[in-house]
Amino acid sequence: MGADGDVMETAAVPATVDLAAEYQSSGVAEILDELDRELIGLEPVKERIRETAALLLVDRARRQMGLSQETPTLHMSFSGNPGTGKTTVALKMAGLLHRLGYVRKGHLVSVTRDDLVGQYIGHTAPKTKDVLKKAMGGVLFIDEAYYLYRPDNERDYGQEAIEILLQVMENNRDDLVVIMAGYADRMDKFFSANPGFRSRIAHHIEFPDYRDDELLEISRQMLADQNYHLSAEAEAALDEYIALRRGQPHFANARSLRNALDRARLRQANRLFTSASGPLDAVALSTIEASDIRASRVFKGGLDVDRPTPQGD
Amino acid sequence: MRITQGCFSFLPDLDDAQITAQVEYCLQNEWAIGIEYTDDPHPRNTYWEMWGHPMFDLRDAKGAMMELDDCRKVHGDKYIRINAFEDERGIESVQMSFIVNRPKDEPSLKMTRVDYVDRAQKYAWDVAR
Repeated sequence: MGADGDVMETAAVPATVDLAAEYQSSGVAEILDELDRELIGLEPVKERIRETAALLLVDRARRQMGLSQETPTLHMSFSGNPGTGKTTVALKMAGLLHRLGYVRKGHLVSVTRDDLVGQYIGHTAPKTKDVLKKAMGGVLFIDEAYYLYRPDNERDYGQEAIEILLQVMENNRDDLVVIMAGYADRMDKFFSANPGFRSRIAHHIEFPDYRDDELLEISRQMLADQNYHLSAEAEAALDEYIALRRGQPHFANARSLRNALDRARLRQANRLFTSASGPLDAVALSTIEASDIRASRVFKGGLDVDRPTPQGD
Repeated sequence: MRITQGCFSFLPDLDDAQITAQVEYCLQNEWAIGIEYTDDPHPRNTYWEMWGHPMFDLRDAKGAMMELDDCRKVHGDKYIRINAFEDERGIESVQMSFIVNRPKDEPSLKMTRVDYVDRAQKYAWDVAR
């Protein structure tokens, strides 16, 4: 437990509790505000996190008054398409749980199947244990968790990792929180094949796809962070780009947009380099024009070479 | 005979909460935790058997405690110690080491006479069980 946790334990049992004051002093308000500010869209997710935070706050108050002893089950599953902000939200969740004193350190360890499952007999258990040791006191984020389970191969070592995970999720509830993430439909299949997980995971949070206008807002924010901005025509082009890109394979929401913007910056640099005569000012260096975006293959009907990377979103 | 080696060995044995607190202190200093065991507590037996790798990327003492529990399950009747290694350039050495597990009946050290070159005799310490 953190510093305030120790105070909590030594103090006498309070007769009343002021939730609003707790809300402010625990730093939960700060994290939720941050969430609202930094994440565009994702309303249902924010709603669920607010609910979870409220639940945990009340639970903490109840524990202070000695009304409950048990640590609530905090393991979660995040399901949604790639690029919908699952990792970002997991990071915030780790911060939230830390502020509330449910995890001691509040760091996030993000892993995929490769980090947990070994390649030969006897390799999996130490590998999984290593990851778990690293994640103790924090949050273990398992991306694309359904890859752990391969029903087509009964000798797959994934099963071993699953067993160790289940055991730790049950026995070390005070020590770490496991968040499993992945596509909605495959997660459902994964949970129905592994009922142990379903019963140990209390919070299922679904991440919806971003709407077109939200994606545009996100790209604006991404560019602003790097001191770039879109000209009016470029914005219209990007709007069109988003609609087209969505219809093409391997669309990964915000991540596709980030890749598209990276390429637009590349083209902008190239355009400036080849066409500029004379000195350039800051505005020219930071403006992305419509031509930078319209040069994308997406407008020529596809052949998308830039697939989203499979891990981390 | 109670073996005294490393930190805290003149104190009563540490319980798990105290060990956790010590490991937490080590982690705060960014030292790597290693667990070692042996059945030979002779002071000249510097290198004990390693239990797994030293843990360089722990954030919380619980990770080390899990390993310690596993080690106790297998080597409960041996000496187990926790080493805290600092990897800072120029130090690169164990900063802290303390015994966390002892056998129920500790062996004693006894002095024996041994023959040496030219009929000389020397005295040496041996672990007697």
